[in-house]
Amino acid sequence: MKEIAMTGIGWLQIVVFLAIILALVKPFGIYMHRVFEGDRQPLPRVLGPVERGLNRLTGVDPTKEHTWKQYALAVMAFSLFGVLVTYLLQRLQHVLPLNPQGFGPVEPTSAFNTAVSFTTNTNWQGYSGESTMSYLTQMAGLAWHNFTSAAVGIGVAIAVARGLTRRGGPDGPKTIGNFWVDLNRCIVYVLLPISLAVTLVLVSQGVIQNLAPYKEVTTLEGAKKIIALGPVASQEVIKELGTNGGGFFNANSAHPFENPTPFTNFVELVLIFCIPAAITYTFGRMAKDQKQGWALLGAMVVLFVAGVATAYPAETTPNTALSGLRVDQTVGNMEGKEVRFGIANSALWAVVTTDTSCGAVNSMHDSFNPIGGLVPLANIQLGEVVFGGVGSGLYGMLIFAMLSVFIAGLMVGRTPEYLGKKIEAKEMKLAMLYVLIFPLIILGFAAWGAVASYGVSSLNNAGPHGLSEILYAFSSGAGNNGSAFAGLNANTPFWNVVLAIDMLFGRFFMMIPALAIAGVMVAKKTVPPGPGTFPTNGVLFTVLLVSVIIIVGALTFFPALCLGPVIEHFSAIHGQVF
Amino acid sequence: MSKAKQLSLFDRQILRQAAKDSVRKLAPRHMVKNPVMFVVEIGSVLTTFLWLRDVISAPAGAPPTWFTGAVSLWLWFTVVFANFAEAVAEGRGKAQADTLRKMRTQTVARRLLLAAGEPYRAGAKEERVSAAGLRKGDLVVVEAGELIPGDGEITEGIASVDESAITGESAPVIRESGGDRSAVTGGTKVLSDRIVVRILSNPGETFLDRMIALVEGASRQKTPNEIALHILLVGLTAVFLFACVTLVPLALYSQIVLSPTVIVALLVCLIPTTIGGLLSAIGIAGMDRLIQKNVIAMSGRAVEAAGDVDTLLLDKTGTITLGNRMATEFIPVGGVRVEELADAAQLASLADETPEGRSVVVLAKEKFKLRGRDVTEGKMRFIPFTAQTRMSGCDVGDRQIRKGAVDAVIAHVKALGGAIPTELEGIAHGISDSGATPLAVSDGARLLGVIHLKDIVKGGIKERFDRFRAMGIRTVMITGDNPRTAAAIAREAGVDDFLAEATPEAKMRLIRAEQAKGKLVAMTGDGTNDAPALAQADVGVAMNSGTQAAKEAGNMVDLDSNPTKLLEVVEVGKQLLMTRGNLTTFSIANDVAKYFAILPAMFMAAFPQIAPLNVMALASPQSAILSAVIFNAIIIILLIPLALRGVQYRPLGAAALFRRSMLIYGVGGIIAPFAGIKLVDLVLDALHLV
Repeated sequence: MKEIAMTGIGWLQIVVFLAIILALVKPFGIYMHRVFEGDRQPLPRVLGPVERGLNRLTGVDPTKEHTWKQYALAVMAFSLFGVLVTYLLQRLQHVLPLNPQGFGPVEPTSAFNTAVSFTTNTNWQGYSGESTMSYLTQMAGLAWHNFTSAAVGIGVAIAVARGLTRRGGPDGPKTIGNFWVDLNRCIVYVLLPISLAVTLVLVSQGVIQNLAPYKEVTTLEGAKKIIALGPVASQEVIKELGTNGGGFFNANSAHPFENPTPFTNFVELVLIFCIPAAITYTFGRMAKDQKQGWALLGAMVVLFVAGVATAYPAETTPNTALSGLRVDQTVGNMEGKEVRFGIANSALWAVVTTDTSCGAVNSMHDSFNPIGGLVPLANIQLGEVVFGGVGSGLYGMLIFAMLSVFIAGLMVGRTPEYLGKKIEAKEMKLAMLYVLIFPLIILGFAAWGAVASYGVSSLNNAGPHGLSEILYAFSSGAGNNGSAFAGLNANTPFWNVVLAIDMLFGRFFMMIPALAIAGVMVAKKTVPPGPGTFPTNGVLFTVLLVSVIIIVGALTFFPALCLGPVIEHFSAIHGQVF
Repeated sequence: MSKAKQLSLFDRQILRQAAKDSVRKLAPRHMVKNPVMFVVEIGSVLTTFLWLRDVISAPAGAPPTWFTGAVSLWLWFTVVFANFAEAVAEGRGKAQADTLRKMRTQTVARRLLLAAGEPYRAGAKEERVSAAGLRKGDLVVVEAGELIPGDGEITEGIASVDESAITGESAPVIRESGGDRSAVTGGTKVLSDRIVVRILSNPGETFLDRMIALVEGASRQKTPNEIALHILLVGLTAVFLFACVTLVPLALYSQIVLSPTVIVALLVCLIPTTIGGLLSAIGIAGMDRLIQKNVIAMSGRAVEAAGDVDTLLLDKTGTITLGNRMATEFIPVGGVRVEELADAAQLASLADETPEGRSVVVLAKEKFKLRGRDVTEGKMRFIPFTAQTRMSGCDVGDRQIRKGAVDAVIAHVKALGGAIPTELEGIAHGISDSGATPLAVSDGARLLGVIHLKDIVKGGIKERFDRFRAMGIRTVMITGDNPRTAAAIAREAGVDDFLAEATPEAKMRLIRAEQAKGKLVAMTGDGTNDAPALAQADVGVAMNSGTQAAKEAGNMVDLDSNPTKLLEVVEVGKQLLMTRGNLTTFSIANDVAKYFAILPAMFMAAFPQIAPLNVMALASPQSAILSAVIFNAIIIILLIPLALRGVQYRPLGAAALFRRSMLIYGVGGIIAPFAGIKLVDLVLDALHLV
């Protein structure tokens, strides 16, 4: 078989995608800076009244700011409330309106898993949307979280950035913003307007939007088939924009009603990356040094390019499982991929959706070649900082930046500083907590799932591939990604409950240390940088940051990955598949 | 002290003692202070048990007994090597402490029998007590040939004191009551005269005691940076602990049963044992290096802060310029011949014993071959300098020759009815503007000219300041001179800024202003009026020759009383952090190679297809694991000299410095173990040990 499949047009699409993202960074970054840090928010005539109305309705005093503890408490209270409401909506959907298919109540562990999943911006779906959830549950429960969980993440990122960049010093205020104000502003000025506008674009391309009951049609072969319908377009944009990833349909963005054309595919890809990329610019503005933001973005771009450059070639090699069969594999491994997207756009999507904590899929990662499947898994295990989730990507990256600076500072013989603030024992403790929690839950739960009979019984594949599926599930949960190496039936009580805990820990046990760091850093004196200070706004820092992220991720997960995709890869070379 | 300075890095006696100590330090109560190495010790105990079990009866599937034994042995070595590093560092400190301690013993003090607080009066009775029995406030008498029994200040008398025991400097120094030279240090010897000393510290709190405690590491507390690094290392250890422990069930899924020996071996190789094992040695050695430079830091924190200093305040006199001004030129006025001026200047200076006066004589001799004359020749009457006249000179017959401050000499000449040449003022100003001092010379009512007295900037000081600028440290010169003079000297010495006509208050304001900008300030001082500024500065280095108040206020004392030392203190501080940072990077970078050694070895039996991962082509799985463990242990020993000496410091900007270090310790840290492990493997294989 010839190796031909990587095409110029494939690479061109990837380059154009990256170029568009980079072009969006500055204008969108400035826009978000105005939203969160400006004295006057954009579009005051149109959106101003909406924000003020929301504030009045919820009794928010926009002039009062929160300390990190108050901020964290508000986040937790709001999220807990969200879990509760979503759980109840699912359990009571049979007595609530907008249920034309007459779905019964969702099974308790599945309902719990789903409530946690959407609240934590993970959107792991153990269920199949079109055969489980009523329209009300989808719209009021799940779509609500698509907006709010994204806004929570962005709010926390802005709060953490405030902690690092504010220069009040030990005598200044110890506050890092008001959670409710950030939440409202994020939804009113950022998420809603973009969702509204782009929804219309998607509808024009054939994404459906209705509340009709499912249609029964007769296919050309004369077979009867039920076609699931629903208010898809309105959820589709926020699903990508908020790096949520929870599809209306089980097939997610591979479904033609969610993602009908290569154009919608491209639009959705841009939606996934735009906020995590642009918020680095917002951060640069807040730091009053734009290069600080570019340095972080630089690290993200390097890691993204590395992912694509690995996954795309890997997928253009034929699938060993299909060798010998009468399948034309000249374009590469098309198993589990949509023909309208092809290899390049499927590989690109897989990288984009796992670089961010989006988790929407347009192809089945499970069917990727071992190395192609290793990339999404490794992307998540790097800590969801390669762009990362909306907001969570930035604060995760900032913590890695602090760790990098700590080592670099010692190496140049100076107490380490980031943005002019010294990094001392307390922040290190919190940063290490953040770094620790991730391997703890992923490896801990995966080890449990891999040996427990009730864990392994959900696997469709044996051998290393099955282990990859388990590792992927817990990585996806902890990273709040939500994509799956399908092939694992996760809708069992064990998987529902343990994955829910995985998601909760991965969200809040990482978010709270990040906020605590903001609380410590905001009260620190700012030292002006000098030639003796390690510069964090240049190429050197970007290189260091990339190395630290890779080293921490690789050292932590390499042994486990060895037993999964790595062995699988070497086996495939010998023609052995699992 | 001076002997201790030349301690070789591998002093045999210290090594022998350290070898013993490193085994003693295996006690868990000691090990628990260093969690990274404690984990290794637990691993050693565990593998030892497994080995014993296997020796008695090995269960099926257990790795070969010799293998478990070898791993266990090398794990023990790893712990012992780390302890050895610490013990060597401590041993070197102890050796210095012993030298110091010898000075402390057997001093007998002559205490005056006075009521507490009663001032000294002549004729008071004295008693002989051991120096250890002295309390704060006691008055003691010390005469020529006796040792000063404790730290204190002179309340009566003047004496020349040999302080070589503390400073290593053999020339005696003058100490006298009152003023800034009244402090004396216990253990130093009075060479002449008789003094009364008020003891200012209780036994156990003297300088010597503090120094001994510091070098022995007894009062060593972890510094803030060390604590933060420790947290990072413990965190990494925890991460690897998860990764290794969870690997057992994950491997079990693939029907691979990993023996605890192998898992422990992997864990120990991954956790940062290199830096974990050397961390405390680095800290002790840093302190030790400072003491070798004859600086006592009151805490490790101060040493660390020295590395962070942004602004150095340096006294002009003694630090930037040589203490003495020198005559460099004779400038005649009003048509006077230069030889005549030189002759008069020399006559006026013959009896002037100040360095300035002597430099006039020397200049006259060098430039005009004017020999020194016999002072008894003719009728010469010398007029000494007084603060009132601000002139000195001599009367030869009826010639009144004077030299002194320009305005004073002008007044003197005018009083005698002489005229002042018009160009004088311009010349005097010109000299002032160049950072020098003009001295006018007159003969009777005739003003002959001006001597150019120049402040001589120390050789090499400009280059030193350049180094500091490269490091990002700003230097500020403090001087009592007027701003014009100060500016000229500042330009010549290459300091970044200066504070002219400095008063203690102005100094204090400057420090506060810098600190308000978030900068760390270091300064040196010796006088009592320096004490508040020394206390305010983040790093205050007091001169040992200074007052007790200054020494109490600072957080370091320079025993040599050399203000330039501040620069070296900063370098030691930076070196300390860099050594830690670089070894941490090296330690983590090493893990890459260890993975490639151990992971294929673990899984090769079940999945032979992953053989390509064995990039080092190690002989066998057992040899691969053992090689990694052995390399991991040996690297600690190999890096002990580096930990004790500290990494080489280069005055470069942060970015350049980082690039260099990253190349050596980061990239080098990735490559070195590949070679090292392969080498060990080859040796093991060649010796048929595996």
